Amino acid sequence: MSDVRESEAPVAVAPVTTAKAVRKSFSSPIASALVIAVTVLWTIPTLGLLVTSLRPKEDVASSGWWEAFVHPDLGLGNYHAVLFEGGFGNSAGLLPFLVNSLAISVPATVFPLVLAAMAAYALAWVRFRGSDTVFFVIFALQVVPLQMALIPLLQLFSGGAHIGSVEIIPALDLKGTYAPVWLAHTMFALPLAIFLLHNFIAQLPRDLMEAAIVDGASHFKIFRSIVLPLCAPALASFAIFQFLWVWNDLLVALTFAGGTPEVAPMTARLAQMAGSTGQRWELLTAGAFLSLIVPLAVFFALQRYFVRGLLAGSVKG
Amino acid sequence: MTTPVTPGRRRLLAGSAVLALALTAACSNSSGSGGSGSSAAALTGDCAKYQAYAGHSGTKVTMYASILSPESDSLEKSWSEFSSCTGIKIVYEGSNDFESQLPVRVSGGNAPDFAIIPQPGLLAQMVKTGKVVKPPQQTVDNESKWSPVWKTYGSVNGTFYAAPMSANMKSLVWYSPKAFKAAGYEVPKTWADLMALSDRMAKAGAAKPWCGGIGSGTATGWPATDWLEEVVLGSYGGDVYDQWVGHKVKFGDEKITTAMKTVADWMQNPAWVNGGFGDVKSIATTTFQDAGTPILSGKCAMLQQASFYRAQWPKGTNIGPDGDIFAFHLPAVNPQVSNPVEGGGEFLAAFADRPEVQAVQNYLSSSEWASSRVKVSQGWVSANQGVDKSLYTDPIDKLSAEALTDPAATFRFDGSDLMPAAVGSGAEWKALTAWFAEGQAIPKVAADIDAAWPQ
Repeated sequence: MSDVRESEAPVAVAPVTTAKAVRKSFSSPIASALVIAVTVLWTIPTLGLLVTSLRPKEDVASSGWWEAFVHPDLGLGNYHAVLFEGGFGNSAGLLPFLVNSLAISVPATVFPLVLAAMAAYALAWVRFRGSDTVFFVIFALQVVPLQMALIPLLQLFSGGAHIGSVEIIPALDLKGTYAPVWLAHTMFALPLAIFLLHNFIAQLPRDLMEAAIVDGASHFKIFRSIVLPLCAPALASFAIFQFLWVWNDLLVALTFAGGTPEVAPMTARLAQMAGSTGQRWELLTAGAFLSLIVPLAVFFALQRYFVRGLLAGSVKG
Repeated sequence: MTTPVTPGRRRLLAGSAVLALALTAACSNSSGSGGSGSSAAALTGDCAKYQAYAGHSGTKVTMYASILSPESDSLEKSWSEFSSCTGIKIVYEGSNDFESQLPVRVSGGNAPDFAIIPQPGLLAQMVKTGKVVKPPQQTVDNESKWSPVWKTYGSVNGTFYAAPMSANMKSLVWYSPKAFKAAGYEVPKTWADLMALSDRMAKAGAAKPWCGGIGSGTATGWPATDWLEEVVLGSYGGDVYDQWVGHKVKFGDEKITTAMKTVADWMQNPAWVNGGFGDVKSIATTTFQDAGTPILSGKCAMLQQASFYRAQWPKGTNIGPDGDIFAFHLPAVNPQVSNPVEGGGEFLAAFADRPEVQAVQNYLSSSEWASSRVKVSQGWVSANQGVDKSLYTDPIDKLSAEALTDPAATFRFDGSDLMPAAVGSGAEWKALTAWFAEGQAIPKVAADIDAAWPQ
């Protein structure tokens, strides 16, 4: 393990110098002013969302959110309604959907990550006939739009696959469970994940692998002790992307989770919060803000890796 | 070499065999008592009226619709007693994306047991997939409480598939009884009276007689299709209307262009519109939700809009025959046409024929369920003639229910919901919006719509 740590230094040389250059170019006063201006502009809509979510319905309907600074009449009524009032066949408010969202997002992030890391290692470092072709086919799969695969995938889950009368895949009775959503998200994520991680893993120095092989390490040992620790930044940045994508997803959840309260994520609940004719749309702002909290927490927890992963990937490629 | 079966192992085998037997026995036993047992046990007390639907305790049916909370809460409340008495759980799911998600789920083999479909066109599309199941005999019999035209809207190619659940009325004119009383105006009974009254109001000059708005996001233009549909129905009656919807009478036909001329004389008359908003063009830019607000401030006298416009009046508005706001039935353009009513509704289509699904289908097509739904909350009307009119507590609901169940009424479904989507929710919206916004000539508007009709 200590060998690995020491040999990390030459690998990291390139990104460190580039990072310095980047940092230098960003520390000029003009750039700083520009960044601050963009950040403030960027944050205004979110601020508006926050202020609106605290205002009562009548105010929201009659005046803009900035009026709240002149006539402050803020309260947590909307949040109370969102969190504790029932609806959508559910009497417990938003919390069960929050749990569903987590139960969907966490496995749907971990599955593709694990599979893609292993596949990327195999495609990059295990020489076998046709490995380049396999990699190219996986890479090409990225052009298949998700929307095109929805109905065939749904048919596969509910009816299985047959050639003539021969059953290839049996009908999986997954209705009303999280499994179809996990599977769908995993499938849709794999091509990009394998592509990104392959590029990263293939750049690891050959000496490292050869040294490990000479020491008698198996492929699994190399993967676990050398590859995984070294590509943590890449894994983390992909994990953030995938988590945010799954967390914010509505289409896949509506199609595969069936939208029933037992398995529906928060996005499905948010979409119906305003009611048939939009009469309760003031609740949307509070609901949207609550759904922001978790991705923000994930982002801040992993942002160290996020920046490092982006730099590592971009400079080396 | 064979594996010796030791005594202990043998005992284990025997034990598991007994266990398996006991399990199968337990399973068949429980299903037996679930089936025949509970149907034999009569439902008593408040539950006695659900005897016809008994015998499916512990089952579950799924329902998918576009109705969201709070309306869906009332819907669920309306069948909660049925559910607790019969033991059939109805899992309801409402979605904003119903129209796009239903076809995905049905063709993906993941259809719900029931879908509440508001457009006969979507129903026809679903029937084409072959997944919609024909209703049981009891549901077909319940249909006799609705006027026969409803059955045709729940049918595809002459086969009845979906029973209507609710109905709404579009042929209403919203006005202020207080303002009418103060100015000495009478509610008009004929089209000629209505036009004369509009003229009188315009000359009096205090307020323009009409206001309107056809803005509705990506669906901008739909209120204008309603105006045209009401004039076509009121001018020529149901037969021409049906032919028009089926494109046997084209938009370019003299009958329809004459009807468009009638609409233009009414809602594009610069002296009559657009009270509180501006000129004729402002109709295209005003949202339908806002269109009626000038009536409250006295800047406009009348708005033609459906019964569901009731939800748009601000909280605390006194709605009633002597209040701030009420509505009257839009009179027929041609007095020969008997009581034309344009409306919409929702239909219950089943995708499964399990006994519990059929029990729910029978119940939801009955007058008992319709009455139960009316009792739960206002803003919901059934055209089922078995519903006691005195159950309606809201004056607008009462007015709509009377018009919808009137045996002499000429009821027709909203034409743009019946036409192919390319026209009914596409070209017609666009062309009519251009008609109001740009003042295009009637022949050009008609030709544009006809050109978009799928071959």
